[in-house]
Amino acid sequence: MNSFTYTRAEAVEAAVREKSASGKVKFIAGGTNLLDLMKENVERPTRLIDINRLPLTKIEAAPDGGLRLGALATNADTAWNAEVEKRYPLLSQAILAGASPQLRNMATNGGNLFQRTRCYYFYDLATPCNKREPGSGCSAIGGYNRILGILGTSESCIATHPSDMCVALAALAATVRVTGKNGERVVKFEDFHRLPGDTPQFDNTLQPDEIVTAIDLPAEDFSRHFSYLKLRDRTSYAFALISVAAALQLEGNTIKEGRLALGGVAHKPWRDTTAEALLKGQPATEETFRRVAAKVVEGAKGYGHNTFKIELAKRAIMRALKQATEGMPVADAFQNSNP
Amino acid sequence: MPENPTHTSGAAITAPLPPVSPVTLRINGQERQLHIAPWTTLLDALREYLDLTGTKKGCDHGQCGACTVLVDGKRINACLTLAVMQEGRDITTIEGMGTEEKLHPLQQAFIDHDAFQCGYCTPGQICSAQGLINEGKAKTAAEIKELMSGNLCRCGAYTNILAAVQEVVEMELKIKN
Ligand SMILES: Cc1cc2nc3c(=O)[nH]c(=O)nc-3n(C[C@H](O)[C@H](O)[C@H](O)COP(=O)(O)OP(=O)(O)OC[C@H]3O[C@@H](n4cnc5c(N)ncnc54)[C@H](O)[C@@H]3O)c2cc1C
Ligand code: SF4
Ligand code: FES
Ligand code: FES
Repeated sequence: MNSFTYTRAEAVEAAVREKSASGKVKFIAGGTNLLDLMKENVERPTRLIDINRLPLTKIEAAPDGGLRLGALATNADTAWNAEVEKRYPLLSQAILAGASPQLRNMATNGGNLFQRTRCYYFYDLATPCNKREPGSGCSAIGGYNRILGILGTSESCIATHPSDMCVALAALAATVRVTGKNGERVVKFEDFHRLPGDTPQFDNTLQPDEIVTAIDLPAEDFSRHFSYLKLRDRTSYAFALISVAAALQLEGNTIKEGRLALGGVAHKPWRDTTAEALLKGQPATEETFRRVAAKVVEGAKGYGHNTFKIELAKRAIMRALKQATEGMPVADAFQNSNP
Repeated sequence: MPENPTHTSGAAITAPLPPVSPVTLRINGQERQLHIAPWTTLLDALREYLDLTGTKKGCDHGQCGACTVLVDGKRINACLTLAVMQEGRDITTIEGMGTEEKLHPLQQAFIDHDAFQCGYCTPGQICSAQGLINEGKAKTAAEIKELMSGNLCRCGAYTNILAAVQEVVEMELKIKN
């Protein structure tokens, strides 16, 4: 780790002001991603602002009838919050499918949005990586890329966003509340993260002085028919090769409204609204699901080691939608789910 | 010529000494004063500055659970937090879990079930199991397995670790009901 100075912020405005100071200033929340990367010298901030004492740990009703998740509520407190479990079980399950109990006790909702890719080369200072060192090249294209992206990739970077929580937030159409020098703004979840293009060093669309204060979940009800299916190399404590968040509103066997987002496939949580449109008004059958799955992977591109993900994504989508229909979210963290 | 290994480049060192600052931590019920650099992790503070070497360093990257301690009753990885971030919190390490005369029920269960080989992961396993009990979410063997998955055991003593933890979980459930 490099040397840095440390300060503790007591108010959001002060944190924003501190962040705009010169030098490489970073917020630290749970620390589970930032300290990891600092130990590898991938991140080298000169000053850390500890935001853990900010009053942003609450989970409370949002003005529009939805639920507001404080940016500093931990992932564990969020997953096991009674309201979240009752109204947004998809989110609970996605969080519980990620990391370990210890890490979830540390990781915050805000920090989870900002976690960086798990691309091996991004961590390995000895290799070129456009995300870590813009312009140096991408070692993963033509290299070892089994865990990397198949959708929305670019010639500069094929990294994936590794979060589970964010996949559920994308499917649930959450919004992110942000405060910066110029006040507050609300960012739609699909606009929060970005595709790599030729500037893969930027994971998201936030300005350097901005802080996330909360994540809002809309009032819509997807608590009956949902599934978070996470496929990985071992049944617990591993990042997703592919994950699918599926949520349906059914009337009899007809889909009134359907949501679909994928993890482990792209630089951002991959919600596909074109595919979702193919669910609307259709019977909840294998045929419908097959069409939807085919649509999602239409523009997919494999890079060798990860080409298997295209077929795997299709099958995972179909299975998640089936589980959601049956009201049996088998991806339950406590059950083994062998694909 | 024998040289002190930390001073091998002697006069060539021009970097200023790290800026240490006072940090007060409450560990196993005791206030402890430290003068440390801000980048000192809680794990290094415990092991290198406080002689609390029960907490182990396995991976130093949040992947193995050997460094598990309790903060305000919740289990965390001491390797991925800075000591200074934990000021004002109640930290419990394996040294605070029981005494030699009166072992903690989990310590006794680990012995009864022979739940280790080398023992390196054991302090982390025990602190993690206490965190699991505090959470109150795991009741069945499958649930315990899932919620103990943040603790790896290189010796593969998992079967006996599960039996030990399950025994104490069931004991706690009986007391509660
Ligand atoms: C071994 C291991 C396994 C893991 N497995 C999984 C997994 O399976 N699934 C999964 O989803 N995740 C997994 N994770 C990742 C984990 O979920 C993230 O590290 C965690 O969510 C990050 O949150 P944090 O609060 O610790 O962030 P920090 O490390 O504190 O911060 C991360 C970044 O976010 C910024 N930041 C934090 N809060 C804010 C805010 N409010 N506003 C603006 N910027 C902010 C910081 O400046 C920093 O750059 C794993 C991590 C480890 C170490
Ligand atoms: S995929 Fe992205 S993160 Fe990985 S080596 Fe290429 S540029 Fe770096
Ligand atoms: S040493 Fe902290 S998790 Fe391995
Ligand atoms: S007993 Fe040796 S690592 Fe677990």
